[in-house]
Amino acid sequence: MTERLVVSPSPHWKTDKTVSGLMLDVVVALMPAVLASVVFFGWRALTIILTSVSSAVISEAVYEKAVKREVTIKDYSAVITGILLAMNMPPGVPLWMPAIGSAFAIVVAKQIFGGLGYNFVNPALAGRAFLMAAWPLHMTRDWLAPGFFGGVDATSSATPLAVLKGAPGGTLPGIWDMLLGNRAGCLGETSVIAILMGGIYLIWKEVIDPRIPLGFIGTVFVLTWVFGKPGALFQGNAIYHILSGGLFLGAFFMATDYVTSPVTSKGRLLMGIGCGVITVLIRLWGGYPEGVSYSILLMNLVTPLIDRAMVPRYYGWKHEARKEKTL
Amino acid sequence: MKRSVFYDFIKGFIEENPTFRLVIGMCPTLAVTTSVVNGFWMGLSVIFVLVFANVFVSLLRKVTPDEIRLPVFVILIATPVVIVELVMKAYLPAMYEILGIFVPLIVVNCIIIARAEAFAFKHPVLNSFADGLGIGSGFTANLILISAIREFLGTGQITVGSFRFPQAPLFEPAAVMLTPPGGFICLGLLMAILNVLLARRERKMKAQAV
Repeated sequence: MTERLVVSPSPHWKTDKTVSGLMLDVVVALMPAVLASVVFFGWRALTIILTSVSSAVISEAVYEKAVKREVTIKDYSAVITGILLAMNMPPGVPLWMPAIGSAFAIVVAKQIFGGLGYNFVNPALAGRAFLMAAWPLHMTRDWLAPGFFGGVDATSSATPLAVLKGAPGGTLPGIWDMLLGNRAGCLGETSVIAILMGGIYLIWKEVIDPRIPLGFIGTVFVLTWVFGKPGALFQGNAIYHILSGGLFLGAFFMATDYVTSPVTSKGRLLMGIGCGVITVLIRLWGGYPEGVSYSILLMNLVTPLIDRAMVPRYYGWKHEARKEKTL
Repeated sequence: MKRSVFYDFIKGFIEENPTFRLVIGMCPTLAVTTSVVNGFWMGLSVIFVLVFANVFVSLLRKVTPDEIRLPVFVILIATPVVIVELVMKAYLPAMYEILGIFVPLIVVNCIIIARAEAFAFKHPVLNSFADGLGIGSGFTANLILISAIREFLGTGQITVGSFRFPQAPLFEPAAVMLTPPGGFICLGLLMAILNVLLARRERKMKAQAV
């Protein structure tokens, strides 16, 4: 036994978690949402997801080969970026859009900054923001009315959020349809139940910290309840607001990205609340019907500041001493 | 040490490329590079102003007191800018409408004041002339390169007068390339590519020297 003694500085607590193991958990957790998207939008959803994933993996491999870096496609992080980007697209988009979006997400938002662990914003969201700015009509008009297994109505249909914001010719689906996902929207954001299953799995496996999604969704709930109805306080349609759009998908799968969210517990709660506040600002008073992706991108940018402001107290140090140390 | 006039001209394209190496003159680079025609005329205006200012700053460098050299530079720069502005207004009113405020703003373009201060004030007239022409041409080449990429991706084709290439867009244009974010993305990627190429060349030269 004496040979087994390892002399090393702290931390001494070791875990058998690995990057690819954690990422695989996220892929597993995304499966219910993937299934739900196929159920509600037909095989077209699957082709979009497969295109997006293969484009992400191929771009990662090609770029890393080109710059002679270790090829890291086996850690599943590119797979997750591909799935998440596909989940963020309307079901009616042409297939070249997920291909270009994933390539942009991987090469420009992730690899150029140094690869996994160095990207300053969530790559999937950066890809979405790029597509949104490049081809706004496809990203905001190619909605399809859902139908079970390919019974998809080819006519476009307004999303619940657009209806909440006063889009003409739309009616709000029932609460049950909102929960199941039987409504217009992006591929993976419609079925709240499927996303919740994945989210709970991730929390149970201790992959994500519940503070971010709970802070995010809770803030949106409270703020839309208070301010949701113009001209009257405390009468907003909060249930619809939290169930619609990409809120659950963003809160559980994108705001919780390790690389771009704070490391301390307090910081994570702040990240969730900040995302919630920005989302509500955009939804209620901004130009777009949905603000989840931009709110997460903006909070990604301030994550280093949150981490710096919330450095935990060193054991045995007083608060003033910490200040001196960080300055 | 007498510098080679030819080197002073040629360095503006790669070694001291104003946009990608010195990273100056960013405002017009990002603002007017939405079409090749805009980029070309902007570049031409800058070449004229830069050569004019460099030559006169260099001519007057022995009689200009150090303490008031900046006001002197500004007068020497503002003069050709006004010439460009009036000529463009008279003969290319359509282009003047598009470039608008960015023509008078050449007066505060940092490429020009930087070359006056860093080069023309310390070098003979011929070298300053070559420096102005070289840096200006390098700048124009950058503008045309960036605007060609942005116009092609952003509108699907490149339009110069009645000439269009390709005749009809081959793909759905990405509107983002015509917006400021698209300009930043394009500029950043080009700068990265140039840096990679130069670093590679430097490594090769070092390897040969050893």
